[in-house]
Amino acid sequence: MSFKDVLSPFLAWKNLVKQPGTIKKPLEREGADRYRGFHQNDMKKCIGCGTCEEICQNAAIDMVPVEGQETTDGDSGLRPMIDYGRCCWCALCVDICPTGSLTMSNEFKWIDSDPDVFRFVPGAENKPWDKDEKGYRKPDNYELYPTGRIHMEELKPEDRDKSFIEIVKGYSKEQAIKEADRCVECGLCIATCPAHMGIPQYIAAVRNDDMEEGLRILYETNPLPEICGRVCTHNCETVCAMQYKGDPLSIRWLKRYIADQVPIEKYKEILGADGFEQQDKKVAIIGAGPGGLSAAYYLANLGYQVKVFEAMAQAGGMTRYGIPEYRLPYDQLDKDVEYIKQLGVDIQFNTRIGKDITLDQLHKDYDAVFAATGLHDGRSTRVAGADHPMVFQAIDLLRDVTEGKEITVAEKVVVIGGGNVAMDIARTIARLQNQKYGKVQLILTSLEAEDIMPADVEEIVESREENVVIEPAWGPKDIKIEGDKLKGLNVIRCLSVFDKDGHFNPRFDNKESNFFEADQIIEAIGQGMDIKYMSEGLEDKLEMTERNRVKVSTFSQSSLPWLFVGGDITGGTDAITAIADGHRAAKGIDKFLNK
Amino acid sequence: MTDTNKYRDKFPAKNPDGTNIIDLESHKFVKVWQGPQHPGITGNMALELILQGDEVMSCKTHVGYLHRGFEKLMERRKFIQCFPLVCRIAVPEPDFNEYCFAASVEELAGIEIPETAKWMRTLILEMSRLTSFLMWIGGQSGAFGLGIVGQWSNLVRDYMLDRFEELTGGRIYRMFILPGGVRGLLPDGFKGRMEETLKFVETAMNDIERTMFSNSIFKRRAIGLGVIDPAWVDQYGIVGPNARAAGVPKDVRKDYPYLKYPELDFDVITATESDAYTRTVLRAKEIRLSVDLIRQLLAKMPKDGEFMAKMPNMLHWKIPKGETYVRAECTRGEYGFYTVTDGSGYPRRVNVRGPSYTHAVALMEKLAIDCNIADTAGLMTSLHTYPPEIER
Repeated sequence: MSFKDVLSPFLAWKNLVKQPGTIKKPLEREGADRYRGFHQNDMKKCIGCGTCEEICQNAAIDMVPVEGQETTDGDSGLRPMIDYGRCCWCALCVDICPTGSLTMSNEFKWIDSDPDVFRFVPGAENKPWDKDEKGYRKPDNYELYPTGRIHMEELKPEDRDKSFIEIVKGYSKEQAIKEADRCVECGLCIATCPAHMGIPQYIAAVRNDDMEEGLRILYETNPLPEICGRVCTHNCETVCAMQYKGDPLSIRWLKRYIADQVPIEKYKEILGADGFEQQDKKVAIIGAGPGGLSAAYYLANLGYQVKVFEAMAQAGGMTRYGIPEYRLPYDQLDKDVEYIKQLGVDIQFNTRIGKDITLDQLHKDYDAVFAATGLHDGRSTRVAGADHPMVFQAIDLLRDVTEGKEITVAEKVVVIGGGNVAMDIARTIARLQNQKYGKVQLILTSLEAEDIMPADVEEIVESREENVVIEPAWGPKDIKIEGDKLKGLNVIRCLSVFDKDGHFNPRFDNKESNFFEADQIIEAIGQGMDIKYMSEGLEDKLEMTERNRVKVSTFSQSSLPWLFVGGDITGGTDAITAIADGHRAAKGIDKFLNK
Repeated sequence: MTDTNKYRDKFPAKNPDGTNIIDLESHKFVKVWQGPQHPGITGNMALELILQGDEVMSCKTHVGYLHRGFEKLMERRKFIQCFPLVCRIAVPEPDFNEYCFAASVEELAGIEIPETAKWMRTLILEMSRLTSFLMWIGGQSGAFGLGIVGQWSNLVRDYMLDRFEELTGGRIYRMFILPGGVRGLLPDGFKGRMEETLKFVETAMNDIERTMFSNSIFKRRAIGLGVIDPAWVDQYGIVGPNARAAGVPKDVRKDYPYLKYPELDFDVITATESDAYTRTVLRAKEIRLSVDLIRQLLAKMPKDGEFMAKMPNMLHWKIPKGETYVRAECTRGEYGFYTVTDGSGYPRRVNVRGPSYTHAVALMEKLAIDCNIADTAGLMTSLHTYPPEIER
């Protein structure tokens, strides 16, 4: 120890004249640019998926209803409420938010004597930091889940444009598990699916590689998984929370994956179909389409004796006679139908109600009747020349193709329509033209501009790959006929299809016109129904809606208690809606017969 | 070294094996609880001391006042949900928990993190060491009645926290090292502001060293206090500066190189005297070394690049069956996570090895004997212990 050791501590006194490091007004200090402060939520961007709630390890987030937020397709209407008594400001909620609506401001001061205010819904209550630009945001180039969809392998255009082999190859196990891994289980898809399928649950089954569980979940709400796994309109994918940072999940392909993995021999055992109690009541179902088959399945499960009457030679309805084989191979369709038959459902083919048997007779013979006869009559544009023999209805041609009949295929064809049926017939004809003439000369013209065409995007893309020329936003004016020969279609520019109230009311510009040369014209602008069998003798008893459809209850029950009606004829638009109708009708019939 | 004990009372009588003979009934002894609320205890633990006069005859350590059951909580959390949890295990140095957890799950899941993420992690860990040492040196001087050093060191520590705030978004719990990488890159102008802060640290260290190490009172109290025999190092599992001050060059950064430490130029600092004073001087040198390492890192690290590996969906992240032990050199020595996974989405078992476990419990009980009651706080601080990591 030295003299220095006694003196040098006094050097500390030099700090007396130093500038202090303390901040004089700490409340005015601003947080750093990345500071994880109080939450902000863009209420318009937020879809209420609840992924923030899911990842929060402190259970600080609750999804709650908020005034002014409506529940819509793709928005649960709920918003995150954050409890600052539990929050640990880890910002995982911000990082995982699929829409990027949840962020954090750099504000960290909030003084209040009421402890309850610290449980609040960011964005719903005006807070001073709501508009703060600074604060924690999820950095780019970093995600807590993969955003890109696993690519589904398809046949190349040159391999498929002559044949009717199924285009989509299906996922391998590895691909399916990877794709299923992307799901955040928000369940927005369940609410949007007409049949309210347990989508996150069966995706979880794919992830866990438990196909039996997956099949059980599918059959809870949908007895036609092979069909829906291929041709469903997949409304679920349009609301998938994953679409905001990348691609929506391939929900449809995952459903197909499950159904494809399980052989039909195992269905009965997995679904436990042996044990149900038989009832002595009988139910007749008109139409073996998706609606009728769905009702038949659930009624058979409830023990009813079910008989299905089908006008055509095979089951499947529009999924067989409207959808080409390259989208839905018949053997896969048969698998779904076969299982329903195995449950004891009797299908009587080639029997048209109203012609072979009357509805009245069915009423006498059966305790309840479910009618799901679909839309099988093509609608015509009714322009001049539409009655020419070379003008066809898409739906008739598609039916003929399914039945294996030779159909008329000209060298130059024009298809009118922008929906999936138009795509189906265009691509079918393109294949046949390729087979017959070695090249495709086909124009598809629709009223709608390409961005509002009702057909699926992939249909439009794949049609083009198959050399179909698409001419959107033209309205048919008349069909040019010289002598007996059809020469082509005159069209005028269509400016808009719907008026501002959303009603169908197209506006045309007569000045801009075009002519599409053709030997054959196919109309695919929608279908109508034929329910004469229902109205004959029942006109005054059956209540109809304003749009001349049969009025039904939530359980598909018409004003005649014994008659249930569903599927496309009550306003459905696709197979999955018909399946949902069938399920509801089965519940309704059970309620009606067991009251 | 000055033999301070020669001025002290020669009582009590000793057993032939050297342990003190304690007879509470004799009224020559008094039992005193130091802690769990005592500023000299560096946190929530207690020393049960038996004194004769002002000399410690026996010391028993009591922990359990801060038990939050993190290891158990993690078994009920998804891997990603453990991430905000682990940082709370050692409050002044949360980043080592984040790193060890992230590195262990990455190893088990077979994920290679991007280069930039490795540099960022090294930087964060070294900044964390510096910040923790700065707080500790205030505690060490305060325990011997030199309060002013704590004010200086905590001021510069606060500047370091400002740097953490702008880099990570958090001041105390940084939550920046995520399994798969880190959560961002350096903000604009960070290097300049960091250099400014490092200069502050150096100026403060000049003052601190002069005030502490050329100080007759500090020297008189710290020299010869709590001497650790090098033979105990392996016996007790002593690590870090406590081992290095005893002449055993244990440093995970050199012994088991991780992240970008192999690319940095530094030597392991050792000493021989192994008392509280030597340990303080050694840690002051560690502070200088940390400053140097941060400068090296900022000069060498890339400005941008991928900072996060491509990860599966964190909500369903399952890690194959396996076990691993990942370690890093924190301010107190080897910090480790022993992680076991069973193929599910949750860790089967996570065991946190904090160096304080040996230093504050077993070693403290041994070193406190024959020590003056006034020096127990200084002795405990000189072992640099953080009770939260004892309990996990």
